[in-house]
Amino acid sequence: MAQYNYTQADFKSDQEVRWCPGCGDHAILSAVQRALPQVADLTDTPHHLFTFVSGIGCSSRFIYYMRTFGFHSVHGRANAVATGVKTANPALNVWVTTGDGDSLAIGGNHFIHAIRRNVDLNVILFNNEIYGLTKGQYSPTSKLGKITKTSPYGTVEKPFNPGELVIGAKGTFFARSIDMEMPTTQECLVAAARHKGMSVVEVMQNCVIFNDKTHADFAADKATRAERTITLRHGEKMLFGPDRKKGLVFEDMKLKVVTVGEEGYTLDDILTHDAHTKDTTLHVQLAAMKYPEYPVAVGVIREVEEPTVYDREVARQVEEVKAKSPIRCVDDLLRSGETWKVE
Amino acid sequence: MDKTLEKEVHDVVIRFSGDSGDGMQLTGTLFSDTSALLGNGISTFPDYPAEIRAPQGTIAGVSGFQVHFGDSRQLNPGDYCDVLVAMNPAALKANRKWLKSSATVILDGDSLTEEHLRKAGFKTLDPLAELNLEGYNVVVPDITTMTREALKELGLDNKTVVKCKNMFALGICFFLYNRPEDHAKKYLESKFAKKNPLIAEANKRAIDAGYNYAANTHQFANTYTVAPAKLQKGTYRSISGNVATAWGLLAASEKSGLPLFCGSYPITPATVILEELAKRRDLGVKTVQAEDEIAGICTAIGASFAGNFAVTTTSGPGLSLKSEALGLAVMTELPLVVVDVQRGGPSTGLPTKTEQSDLQQALYGRNGECPVVVLAASSPSDCFHYAFEAGRIAMEHMTPVILLTDGFIANGSEPWRIPSMADYPAIVPPIVNEAPEGGFMPYARNEKLARGWAFPGKPGLEHRVGGLEKDALKGSISHDPANHQLMVKTRAAKVAKVAEDIPAQTVLGDTTGDLLVVGWGGTRGHLQAAVERLQAEGRKVSLCHFNYIDPLPAGVREIFAGFKRIVVCELNEGQFANYLRGQLQEFAYEQYNKCEGQPFTVVELVENFESLLK
Repeated sequence: MAQYNYTQADFKSDQEVRWCPGCGDHAILSAVQRALPQVADLTDTPHHLFTFVSGIGCSSRFIYYMRTFGFHSVHGRANAVATGVKTANPALNVWVTTGDGDSLAIGGNHFIHAIRRNVDLNVILFNNEIYGLTKGQYSPTSKLGKITKTSPYGTVEKPFNPGELVIGAKGTFFARSIDMEMPTTQECLVAAARHKGMSVVEVMQNCVIFNDKTHADFAADKATRAERTITLRHGEKMLFGPDRKKGLVFEDMKLKVVTVGEEGYTLDDILTHDAHTKDTTLHVQLAAMKYPEYPVAVGVIREVEEPTVYDREVARQVEEVKAKSPIRCVDDLLRSGETWKVE
Repeated sequence: MDKTLEKEVHDVVIRFSGDSGDGMQLTGTLFSDTSALLGNGISTFPDYPAEIRAPQGTIAGVSGFQVHFGDSRQLNPGDYCDVLVAMNPAALKANRKWLKSSATVILDGDSLTEEHLRKAGFKTLDPLAELNLEGYNVVVPDITTMTREALKELGLDNKTVVKCKNMFALGICFFLYNRPEDHAKKYLESKFAKKNPLIAEANKRAIDAGYNYAANTHQFANTYTVAPAKLQKGTYRSISGNVATAWGLLAASEKSGLPLFCGSYPITPATVILEELAKRRDLGVKTVQAEDEIAGICTAIGASFAGNFAVTTTSGPGLSLKSEALGLAVMTELPLVVVDVQRGGPSTGLPTKTEQSDLQQALYGRNGECPVVVLAASSPSDCFHYAFEAGRIAMEHMTPVILLTDGFIANGSEPWRIPSMADYPAIVPPIVNEAPEGGFMPYARNEKLARGWAFPGKPGLEHRVGGLEKDALKGSISHDPANHQLMVKTRAAKVAKVAEDIPAQTVLGDTTGDLLVVGWGGTRGHLQAAVERLQAEGRKVSLCHFNYIDPLPAGVREIFAGFKRIVVCELNEGQFANYLRGQLQEFAYEQYNKCEGQPFTVVELVENFESLLK
């Protein structure tokens, strides 16, 4: 393992952070700046290879606060721009910061296709279920019936669940955290960085101005989170609750919450999390869990190694074709095929 | 008639036409490539429907390929044809208007069925009378029957056999113009070698059968020879505009030392550029076939930020989709080449037909004060040069460049004297490798007003760019009013400064006269032929043809001042004329415009110029 000995300060830019006081973005920024020294060492990535790309929205101002290479693109296009950055230079460690409007509405097409291609990007999806920077319109993740400025009588459209979308688009990595759960966020970010291929980390983020407490039913405070969320770790039992007595079992093709020691359930009945299985059945159901029927799943839900990582495969083809092609330069190309001489 | 006479002619136009499934594009290409190998000057024009297999036998389904070959350089594919090959009545009817008065028509007699005649809209069973073809040399061999006869020993199914009838027609034309069959046969062998060698054999036999039929039956009064063109010494090849564009971009990549990245989405008639670049992994090319036009340009912008020479290729509707991202490239001041192979518009318009109606979109189609450099290529082979120029200007001036070509020059082909890359200049972008004292300032500029290009991955150069207005030096976000004014003016000045780095405008003919014909882009072949015809008659006409559109080159005002009248000719309703009205307001501009999805004809241009000279 490399030892760069970076600190959080090495990733802080000189720009004044301009998010609203109390915004969940502050915690995410801090978690990223804390995770990167660890990422640098674990993935042998020197400081100058970190590159952050964003779209438009509060989440996308992120790149100005990072002392790394950064590209603040246009609305919805972060994943496309980042695909170009990473494909052009696979040595870079490329991160995307984006929101539920940016990646799931205007940029939905780029989001699912970057996932399908399995470009080696680390995407942090700030999900606050609202358009913040345009001052409070509903987003593709707003709850059905949500009253906002553009839905004064409540929305009549069903929201996306980002996890289901990622896995449905053949995603190889999906993790979820909550802005206030900084250690979990850091853990997810480090796992995302180590994953070869596209990683999506959804952070349930609170917009204190336009959608305050949207995640409060399960995320309001530490006690609530212990009761109403479950932190998944590969190889560990799916247990939760303040005394870790509750757990998940799989019955009739469905997940079910049980209490160990009640109704005949023992620890052996509780599922062990397998983030590495290709099978999507449980991953989709875990990602879809909603309070109050279920605890909301956080942690790394899916982490599957796929041999085809887009940027790596393109680079491999270049090397392979270069090695065997008789065309080595433009002069060779211009003279290939049928030519004739005029004397 | 018992003897066929051999005559020498200077130039010939053949139009191959049939159903869109009849293989007319291949037939025409094999004929023109054979002629190119004989040293003739060539210009070709594929004219085909948007549908892959349009309803059989109808006018809408007619696919054509026109080849103009001669003993000198051919500037355009010719207005009217000497020979029309028509594989069915619809093809005959659709192309009747393109016959020279002395033309030979070769029509498949087997296609003259009631059903085919009805589908083509004939009212009687005598299409020749209906189309007033009495005075023409019309030959009606039963091509399908004879092809079937020639191939009967091969044991192929009827469908496969009938598909070879285009090669029978090709054989007839080979005989008529004394062309050898070996190139076409070699091509067929390699095309079908893996799939089915028997099909190669069938096609080859069909060529022989057509050739022998023409030789034996004495249906044709003459055969013709066309001497090789007196071309500049060198090695030649045949090249289409789209391939030349792809290769010109590769040349710019090589000369800059930066890998080529192409993010694109398939769109007619530009797709061949992406296909051609996708083959070139051997030259380090990375192509991303993106999920849409927007992702095409956005991946390219990302690649440019990361230090590749980035391009995106498209046609009109695709350029519309890319306009927001083009603004991002202007704001971040990154090199980018956008190739727009223009087609008939608006909207989906005429996907396979040519037009020059994207000029205003290229010049102005973005929000904000958003100048980019606009270039236009003017022939299939000079697409190479202007694609190279687009790359050179983009990288050395740190700006997006739009290169306009069009369906006509993109699909057309001509012989091209292969250049040596040693004759092309090195491209030297303002790459920053290490931070200067006091730190790297992303928007500090050189004498060209180009900012420094610092690739991610270089220590000490960490910086941020984006679509928000930038501080004039540091590149950080700035909403300062004076800074915005300065940046707007600076971005415009940077593009204007490109004029110092391009050749002065030239004029074909005298620098003074009665009429100056002004054109731009893909119409040059027709304009030049028309102007030269009038010049040969002693008329005081010159041609001023533009490849550099924005900024305009030096010397335009002086040229315009030397003529009594100026007529701007373009395949749109006057977009360049209006641009000139804004740029050089002291001149009066007359217009000659056409929006038929077709190139100009030399005849119509000459008529128009003559009327202006009266």
